[in-house]
Order: sequence, then C-alpha cells, then structure tokens
Amino acid sequence: MEGTVPDDVPVVLSAEGHHGPVVHDLNEAARSAGVRRGARVVDMRALCPALQAVPASPRGDAAALTRLMFWARRWGPHSATDGADGLVVDTTGTAHLFGGEAALLSDIEARFAGAGVTARVALAPTWGAAWGLARFGPARAVSHDPADLYPLPIAALRLSEETLLLLRRLGLRRVGDLAAIPRLPLMRRFGRAPAWDNPLTRLDQAMGRLAEPIGAPEPPPDFVAQARLAEPVMDPTNWLPGLVQDLVAQMARQDRGCRRLCLSVFRVDGRRRDVRVATAAPSREADHLLRLFQGRLDGLDPGFGFDLIRLAAEATEPLATAQVGLDGNADTALHLSRLIDRLVSRFGADAVSRPLPFESHLPERSQTRADALRDDPPPAPRPDRPLRLFDPPEEVRVLYAVPEGPPALFVWRRQRIAVTRHAGPERIAPEWWRDSPGTRLRDYFRIEDATGRRLWLYREGLAGDGRGGMPRWFVHGVFA
Amino acid sequence: MSVHVLRPLAPIRQVPDLRAATLAEISCASSLDGAGTGFLMAALPEGPVLWAQDRLTRREAGVPFLPGLGRWLLRADLSRPADVLTAMEDALACPAISAVVGEIWGDPAALDFTATRRLAMRAEAAGRPCWLLRRAGSANASAARMRWRVTAFPSDAGQDDPAAPGDPLWRVELFRSRLSPPGEWLVRHECGEDGTAHRLCFSALAADRAVAEPAAADGGDSSG
Repeated sequence: MEGTVPDDVPVVLSAEGHHGPVVHDLNEAARSAGVRRGARVVDMRALCPALQAVPASPRGDAAALTRLMFWARRWGPHSATDGADGLVVDTTGTAHLFGGEAALLSDIEARFAGAGVTARVALAPTWGAAWGLARFGPARAVSHDPADLYPLPIAALRLSEETLLLLRRLGLRRVGDLAAIPRLPLMRRFGRAPAWDNPLTRLDQAMGRLAEPIGAPEPPPDFVAQARLAEPVMDPTNWLPGLVQDLVAQMARQDRGCRRLCLSVFRVDGRRRDVRVATAAPSREADHLLRLFQGRLDGLDPGFGFDLIRLAAEATEPLATAQVGLDGNADTALHLSRLIDRLVSRFGADAVSRPLPFESHLPERSQTRADALRDDPPPAPRPDRPLRLFDPPEEVRVLYAVPEGPPALFVWRRQRIAVTRHAGPERIAPEWWRDSPGTRLRDYFRIEDATGRRLWLYREGLAGDGRGGMPRWFVHGVFA
Repeated sequence: MSVHVLRPLAPIRQVPDLRAATLAEISCASSLDGAGTGFLMAALPEGPVLWAQDRLTRREAGVPFLPGLGRWLLRADLSRPADVLTAMEDALACPAISAVVGEIWGDPAALDFTATRRLAMRAEAAGRPCWLLRRAGSANASAARMRWRVTAFPSDAGQDDPAAPGDPLWRVELFRSRLSPPGEWLVRHECGEDGTAHRLCFSALAADRAVAEPAAADGGDSSG
C-alpha cells in the first residue's frame, strides 16, 4: 500500500524477527528480484542490493483494512474483515444493481485499483469457498457450486500451516482429495483440533453444510469526544459540559446535528456503562444536549471509579446553521422539539405522545398515538363526543332496565346513578375487517343523572342477536 | 371565546379573568364529573397544550379524548405525581406551548405548598396559564392564585329533543383567589353550531334561577 514508491523499485516491509529484521511483505519488483517472505532483510540485501526496507506497521494495516471494510459496504450491507489481509462482503441480492455478478466483481476490482489497492476478488455461495477461490482460484472467479473448490490446493481451506503440512504428508494435496475420503477417520484424526483448524469443519463451511454468518461490525460514530483521567472519578458530571462543547464544535465544523448521543464511562475494573439520549430533531445546542443528561447519570454504578469518559454522536443528520429570528427567538417547532427531547429523556419515549384522529367509528380507535412532532391541525370538536374516555370501558350493573333506551337506574362503582335525561341511541357496528367474528355492536347513549353528570353509556349487543347472553352496559366517557 | 356577563336580578360580583397567566387549581367532585374538564377547556387559550396525567388519574378518571376536545395536545402519560409536576415545570419554560394542564389524583406528598408555589411563579414569569386538575384530594395548602371548585349541574332540556341533555351547566365556586373576589356562579357553556362559537355565561347562583333564566335569553353586554 506504499503509493509513493515507483513500482520498479524493490521494497520490502520489515518486521522484527529473532535474528534481526525479517521480510514481512514485499512488492512485485522485489518478488521478481528473488526476495522471499520470511527471510532476513540482510540476506535479501545481499541478493538484491537496491532493496529498500520500510518498517511494517501491523496496527496501521489493521486500521486501514477496517476503513476499507466500511468503504466496501457500497457493494453490500454487511461486511467484515477476514484475517489480516481479506474482506468479506455479503452481496446477497445486490449483484443486479451493478449489472450482474461478473460486472460486480469487475467494479470491485476497478474501484480498489482506483484506491491504490491490488485486490483479488471471487464470488461464491459460502464464505469459505470465496476465500479459497479469491486466493487460489482464477481471477474474478464466480462460483455457484462449492464443488468448484475441489481442484484447488488444500491450502484453500483456511487452515494453519501445521495442519496443512500434516494433510500434505497424508497425501491430501487438493480439496477434492479431502472430500473424497470417508468422514469418520478424518473426524477421529482431527477430533481434538479447534473448529477454525479442523479440516472437516472448514470443508463443511466451504461446502455450505455448516453455517458461517458474517459478524458485521457497526460503523464507528462520526463524532467522538473523550476525556482520559489521571485518577479514577466516581461522578462524570463535571466532565460532561466540556465533552459536550467539544462534540458540538466538531459537529458545527461539518454542519451536522446529532439525533442520538451515547455517554460511555469505562470503569477501572474493565466494565463499560452506557447512557443514551435521543433528540426529536437534529441538534447541536450544547445547553440542550447537556440538559438531556440531567438525572440520567444517577443510575450509573461507578464501582471503583471511571478513568475514561467518552461521548459519541451515534446518529447524525445534516443541520445547517439557522438564522435566529430578529426578536432573538428561534422558531416554535424547535422549541417544541426541545421540550419533547427533555420529556422523553426523563420519562421515556412511551410517555410522550400526541393524539391524532384516526379513521374509525369505534371511540377507542378514533385517536392514535402519533409522533409528537407532527404538525397536522387538530379536528374540530364534536359536541356528541365526550371530553374524557375511560380506557377500558367500565361495566355498570343495571338495576332498572327500560325496553328502549338506557337503564333508568344503574350502579357504577357502588354508586347508584339515576338517569334523568338521555339522547340516542347512536349505533356503532363492529369493524368486521378488524374485529374477531362474534364481536357485538354497540348502542351509545348520552345520559344525564340527577346531579347533572353527563356520561356516555353504551349497550354491547342486542337481546337475542345470537352473539352471547344478555347485553351488557358500559360507561365509556364523560361529557362536560 | 368571550366571557359574557349577564345582568341578572341579583347583583353578581365581577367575573374573574380566566386567561390569567398564573397557576389555577380546579377541584373536581368525582371521576364521573366532567364539569371541571369542560370548564378548563373553555378557559384554555388557543395553541398547543401540554396535558400531563399521573397513573391513578388515567385509570380512575380516563384520558383526554381528542374527538371531543378538538385541541392540539401533547400528552405526557406519567406514573408519579412528582413526575407530573416536573413535566409541568419543564413545559412552562417552552415558548411553543400556550398552556399547561396537570392532573393529579389525591393528596400526594409531592404536591405541597412549595411545589405549587414553584409552578405559580414559573407560570407568572413565563406568562402562560397553568392549570392543576385535582380529584379525590382535600383543599390543603396551595399557592394556586385561583382555586376553583367545579361540579356539574342539571341541564335544561335540549333544543331539539326535550328528553335530551342540553347545553352544559356547571356550578362554579371560586373559593380562594388573589386576583379577584371569590364567588359562586352558575355557568352555562354554549357550544355553538359546529362547535366554533364557544362562550361562557356566568350568572348568579341563587334561588331565583328561574327568574334569571329569561335574562339569559336576551343575552347580556359583554365584558372581560
């Protein structure tokens, strides 16, 4: 990946060996000059005097590979690093977006070449088969049958050097040789080997007989602010304002606002505690974000203290710098979203809602809980609907029934209520497309009792409708 | 909405300002009595309203029902009375909310004089009305600037159907007030056609209600 060196200069990456530096990796010019991997650098200098040695950086390589892994998600939703030099991308159902599987592989190769990386690519139904084909198969191999692996050398099975040597000594040189012999002796021979080094397990994984899911890691957060502390502390409250300021400054530079924040405290005993807050609209207002954590840090179990506090913006959205109104006030929707954030962070997302009308005649279905930031206009109030609704409806016991109309006397929570005025009925039929068969219709009455209380009463069902016994009466709502 | 004061035979004292930006409290008689809620709805200004309820109120007295209210509500379904007070205080600071309503059941320890005083001062500082709806509680110490007791009153016959309930009538008592002299009224809520023209008619609550009735038909001069 050394892009600055011309291709015709032999270059090796050197790593520390037992007797001085050894060749860790090399370029094409060095390979043609006869340099071998694993040999001492001084020996190879004797072979090729123009050889340049650069210290290898395994950690930098790993970081670069991780970056490439997230970049490779342009071809599929899941990707993971595969060893020190490989990437695996799950392209299930995405090949047609690039014009077919062969075109997908050409695109991958071309884009890696554009990024300065020589890539060998292969596409296969299983991770193991793709691994073997990419390294030992033809260029841009597209395989639909794991049996394509049979002519490849046994090293295509992702096994350690010792196991490979043992297999070669047993006379098994190709994958097909291993697949041809009975499983039982192999199982007996390699029963003690770990799964990643067991030829039978590896063969089964490559053939698709054993599942091998891709553990695709989440991308790292875009914005992180952290504080490393010299001494462990028990309470992160004093560090929080500084971290929030830092994070807000980072987001302001890129015109982003956060939707979700995660505060992680790393305890000295190796545990991590997370506190997450969310915002209804993207925000990078330090005071507001700080307020969301109010009262949320009390539940942190400090143990023996924290020595690292990290604040990460887990989800961000573009947020342009907004002009504050001439009167110094931002707009109403912003204030409302701030209030909702504060309520949600303190009481939970279930506690805060905005009732919205829903197309249904059944009262309990005619209002839904909606996203609190919707700005639909409210419906006009209906005088034949109550102000308050009992959820669920409360059953009453009828003392004095009247054939038509509501009962003249009933008992609600051990109180006798005598009906003096009534209006109705308003018949509401069950919704056959949603209710279970046998749901009874309802006849709603507006009633008033002797003290003036106005209620919404309904009778469930009719006598003799064949859907249960005698009709039951419920009080469902309260009028003004 | 406009508040119309009738000129009845018995002299009634001045009607208090229902839109005052302060903490007011309504005691409701029972959970089947919707008079308090109706009075509150008539008194609320236009705009979004935060409606916070504790768990017992939701279970005993029901939840606000949108088709009947027809208001922009932000509901906060909380569990403890202390949470309701916190949410109300928080919402009073928000310029996008035009009024705050909290419902608390019983006499919880959290609802003491200090808590109500905080609410009253915040409401006055923010210039927004804040209403506390209480049920099954006692009239203990409270810093609410106006304390109302609202109960339902048997209504007159409906316009179209003599057997049906007519316009809501409430018996409204202002028993503690810093802003206006206390009093007791009979209030008629006239929800006009298609629910747009609301108005509250205050009249004296006296034995001569039957006499005062014809005065209501003439309409009165509006004030307040």
